[in-house]
Amino acid sequence: MTVTDSVRSALEVDKVESHLHPAGSFDVADHVVPTGREEIWRFTPLKRLKGLHADAEFQPSATACTWNTPAGVRVEGVDGDEARALRGVSGLVPNTRFAARVLAEVPSTLLVDVPADADVTEPVVVELTGEDAGVTEAGHVVLRFGRHSRATVVLNHTGHASMAQVVEVVVGDGAQASVISLQDWEDDAVHLTHHQTLVGRDATYKHVAVSFGGDVVRMDANVTYDGPGGSAELLGLYFADAGQHIEHRLFADHDAPRTKSNVMYKGALQGQGAHTVWIGNVLIRKVAEGIETYEENRNLVLSDGCHADSVPNLEIETGEIEGAGHASATARFDDEQLFYLRARGIDDKEARRLVVHGFFNDLIRKIGVPSIEDRLMSTVEAELAKNVLKDL
Amino acid sequence: MSKLEIKDLQVTVDTEDGPKQILKGVTLTINDGETHAIMGPNGSGKSTLAYSIAGHPKYTITGGTVTLDGEDVLAMTVDERARAGMFLAMQYPVEVPGVSVSNFLRTAKTAIDGEAPKLRTWVKDVNAALEQLNLDPTFGTRNVNEGFSGGEKKRHEIAQLELLNPKVAILDETDSGLDIDALRVVSDGVNRFRAQEGKGVLLITHYTRILRYITPDFVHVFVDGRIAEQGGPELADQLEAEGYDKYTSALR
Ligand SMILES: Nc1ncnc2c1ncn2[C@@H]1O[C@H](COP(=O)(O)OP(=O)(O)OP(=O)(O)O)[C@@H](O)[C@H]1O
Ligand SMILES: [Mg+2]
Repeated sequence: MTVTDSVRSALEVDKVESHLHPAGSFDVADHVVPTGREEIWRFTPLKRLKGLHADAEFQPSATACTWNTPAGVRVEGVDGDEARALRGVSGLVPNTRFAARVLAEVPSTLLVDVPADADVTEPVVVELTGEDAGVTEAGHVVLRFGRHSRATVVLNHTGHASMAQVVEVVVGDGAQASVISLQDWEDDAVHLTHHQTLVGRDATYKHVAVSFGGDVVRMDANVTYDGPGGSAELLGLYFADAGQHIEHRLFADHDAPRTKSNVMYKGALQGQGAHTVWIGNVLIRKVAEGIETYEENRNLVLSDGCHADSVPNLEIETGEIEGAGHASATARFDDEQLFYLRARGIDDKEARRLVVHGFFNDLIRKIGVPSIEDRLMSTVEAELAKNVLKDL
Repeated sequence: MSKLEIKDLQVTVDTEDGPKQILKGVTLTINDGETHAIMGPNGSGKSTLAYSIAGHPKYTITGGTVTLDGEDVLAMTVDERARAGMFLAMQYPVEVPGVSVSNFLRTAKTAIDGEAPKLRTWVKDVNAALEQLNLDPTFGTRNVNEGFSGGEKKRHEIAQLELLNPKVAILDETDSGLDIDALRVVSDGVNRFRAQEGKGVLLITHYTRILRYITPDFVHVFVDGRIAEQGGPELADQLEAEGYDKYTSALR
């Protein structure tokens, strides 16, 4: 790993901007419209974004939003001064035009507020049900987990929508927070979303991204730390069908000592033109001594004509780390596995089904919310039934 | 009934320099209830024979026939062969990540029988099979062959043999890598299988020690892709004493 001189001098200051991530700004004018040649946009099919990355008007929302409210939790759409105060609450300084525009323009914010010390067993489930993909819209969501609280929030995106979204998550000191974002859109949906999380001192954070549906889904999921000892587990599961573009860009910014990040994303692709992108950026800043990080991405290519990009990036600016590693692999069905199963009488279709289930199984079991785990198992099943097993 | 007939079987594998012939005409009949042992030096084609009968895609059959009770095995897909009553205990069992042993066994049993096993008796049967092979009851929750020791893999193969109960079992070096206790446990499993009416066994091995537990009816010496000699159990002892020299030197 080479550390350039310009970076070296930047190390002296408290917060450096990694060269992987352009400097942020709240001012929309500071962000030019991406052309597709930029490093952070080069994989994304801009033409299919309905202008969300550029200057599409944010129209009144055509997405219905409902939720449950477990005792002790506040879930509410807020506006005015309260909403304004929430913009950037996670420490987010937008590094994309769409995120800057969302924060500048949304009139209101959906706030989930878990008070300090609350132990909420029932997940807060927010249903975002899109009704019209012809409407370009923006959304801002803030999930705040108070100190030493424990809670799970699920964002379930379904239906038809063209949405630019910023989700800010603040995990208080010592809290245990899980955020699960399901992108289970209909085929015409376009979803550009930026998830930014600030992980408190000694807090434990789990972020799960599940992307199945939509024409284009791009999620930037970033984590920074608000003190030593925080731990982030970033899990992801995606399944791209013919023509779909599904992109996940992770950034674990280790800006505090003894912090942890553990990234595990698994994807399957099937059908002509299915495209997935996984970018795993990890930055270990000079101050971040004694950290541990591991990131892994695995892709299973189930048919011809699909393409998986997988790019792990590890930038290390201190020598004092506990452990850092990454793995990335993209493979087709393993003939030996299929042979072994079929030699036990299991037909080809069922054997493939078993292998794909097995591929996702360990990851799904880590989510920790049984109802979602079961649902994902059936979704995997339905995805398989759609294409890969149909022609066999 | 279970009669496996292999006639003049010829098999090639694809290499960078084109197809390479591995089996050069193998003829062997396993009649109802018989156990045959195949012994032969490394690389002589024993696993090739086993895999070819099971239908591994790596091997191309260029001549000969294989029939099970008169049915053309070579015309069947891999899974059809298993459902017709063939079983191969593999020399190197394959890991299947994320698929538990119990799920795998149940899926295989359902496929072989054409219907799901009765839940209550099935769980009992599985536990009994695992226990008889000295496998921990928690084994069922582990992923197939993942992190299994060499011996556990082999015992798991024999547990499958007992649960799936085929007509003919081909055991490819199931004995290698086993300590003496595991060897006995595995041999007992094979003998329980054999004790049933009409089951055929083709046992591939390098060592005579397993033949002290599983007495074969016939022993075949396999050299350079064909059977060089056959005889009774005494042939194994002769091989142990003299090695394969007399067969391999004939080739030089
Ligand atoms: N892809 C390949 N290219 C070239 N040769 C191959 C290929 N696959 C197998 N062979 C050769 O086929 C021959 C037979 O292999 P096989 O595994 O059947 O032997 P075996 O008798 O089972 O040996 P062992 O006792 O070591 O298990 C060997 O010489 C092996 O090198
Ligand atoms: Mg072999």
